[in-house]
Amino acid sequence: MAKVTIDGVEMEVPDGTTILNAARSVGGDIVPPAMCYYSKLEGSGGKCRTCLVKVSQGSTNDPRPMPKLVPSCRTTVMDGMVVENITSPEVLEARKGVVEFLLINHPLDCPICDQAGECDLQNLGYKHGAAATRYEEERRTYKKIDIGDKIKLHMDRCILCYRCTYVADQVADGDRCHGIINRGDHAEISTYIEKAIDSDFSGNMIDVCPVGALTDKTARFGSRVWFTKPMDAHRDCDNPKCSGKVVVWQKGEDILRVTGRKDAYHEVDEFICNTCRFEKKKASDWVIEGPRHINNKSVISANHYEHLKDIKEDVEKYQRQVASNINKA
Amino acid sequence: MQPLTNRSKAVLQKEMTFAEKLYLPAIINGMIITFKHMFKKAATIQYPEQKREFSPIYRGHHVLKRDDEGAERCTACGLCAVSCPAEAITMQAAERKEGEEKLYREEKYAATYEINMLRCIFCGLCEDACPKEAIFLTDRLVPTEFERNDFVFGKDKLVEKVDDRVDVTKRQTQNVIDFKQNKKYSHNK
Repeated sequence: MAKVTIDGVEMEVPDGTTILNAARSVGGDIVPPAMCYYSKLEGSGGKCRTCLVKVSQGSTNDPRPMPKLVPSCRTTVMDGMVVENITSPEVLEARKGVVEFLLINHPLDCPICDQAGECDLQNLGYKHGAAATRYEEERRTYKKIDIGDKIKLHMDRCILCYRCTYVADQVADGDRCHGIINRGDHAEISTYIEKAIDSDFSGNMIDVCPVGALTDKTARFGSRVWFTKPMDAHRDCDNPKCSGKVVVWQKGEDILRVTGRKDAYHEVDEFICNTCRFEKKKASDWVIEGPRHINNKSVISANHYEHLKDIKEDVEKYQRQVASNINKA
Repeated sequence: MQPLTNRSKAVLQKEMTFAEKLYLPAIINGMIITFKHMFKKAATIQYPEQKREFSPIYRGHHVLKRDDEGAERCTACGLCAVSCPAEAITMQAAERKEGEEKLYREEKYAATYEINMLRCIFCGLCEDACPKEAIFLTDRLVPTEFERNDFVFGKDKLVEKVDDRVDVTKRQTQNVIDFKQNKKYSHNK
């Protein structure tokens, strides 16, 4: 076990844990943002540099600080390590620069993009970015590509996080036909001459995409996310690897879109199959469990009402907490 | 009960005097006031032949603007609808097909766009929220109707006609106009 301090919060985590996961084990403001790291995909991380943190003390044995900011998703903790995330102005400044670089080629077409409202880059830009761009050159542009008949790829919006290629490799079985061609500024997600991916789990690349580069064609321009109601739902899926546990995005009784259930870090709990995602769009296909909990800071929570039961539980929990605090004092 | 303000007066029901009982002095007093007003400047005007001057930022009938080439600017992003405190705006987006580039500016456009003028409180938040400079409130008045349904204005009443543009330059500050003409930005090239 290793004892680490992140932003003054002390915690004990098993050896070999990354700084990012150590921070996530506590949660809250000390968790660095991550665009490319995805805990369910092996090998992801280390590409986007948004999770940079400052290590002001390497370990108990060697208390020297690390010379540069380190990516927290790839750096493992050491006993006695002291990490600064939002308490370090240097980190915030670096992150601002990273966001500016990520946005250099990212088109500002949020009004058109289906991902707007649940986009990691949008959230990151609002939180850490500058209000205006300094970039004056032409942005790179690509033709839109159809990956199969259900997924649309807007290469313009891609930030090259490689998450989708890991999905194609690890989640969607079958021949590897989805990857990245060319290098540097010309790098581009490709399916080898637009070859359709016909794996049953290819749709998960939509969920893992942190931006709107990969979108669901069956729900394309259907509605903005904040006009739909996310509801937890499940069904008995024939596919043994698919749990059938999803979020259906409803407008009235209609189901416009089906996605996996995402946690606080926008990672899906379980990958779902393409049948559940693209073909089951009737309310009768699903057993609806209830409204999904949405953070009230999110635009999706506008006009979204959750069970009174849950709110009651929250209130009771809070009351118990207050009562115990009073007893202690 | 205790009065809320000290301005309330108890109603007196005392006997009227002889002069009051005659009524004539009171009527004459009233008529004097009436006739005096005949020689004063009228407070009203002959609408619709005459119209009052509007403030340049009067918030009336909305307009959905077209760009210089005549393509609709609205891209159905839904920010006006989400900012609308009266929930008066609804829209349905559609994808632009090939060959429609002259009609719609962006890849996505509003296939239907409706404002319920009975719900609208003319606050102008939609205009503030619009990232595409598509919706503006203008100094035109919303016409009266007889049926409730007629107050739901669709694109036919909101989108400006290509040959009959609605001038909104008075609503824009110098900063906005400079931003729109600065050659430094790619949208002006």
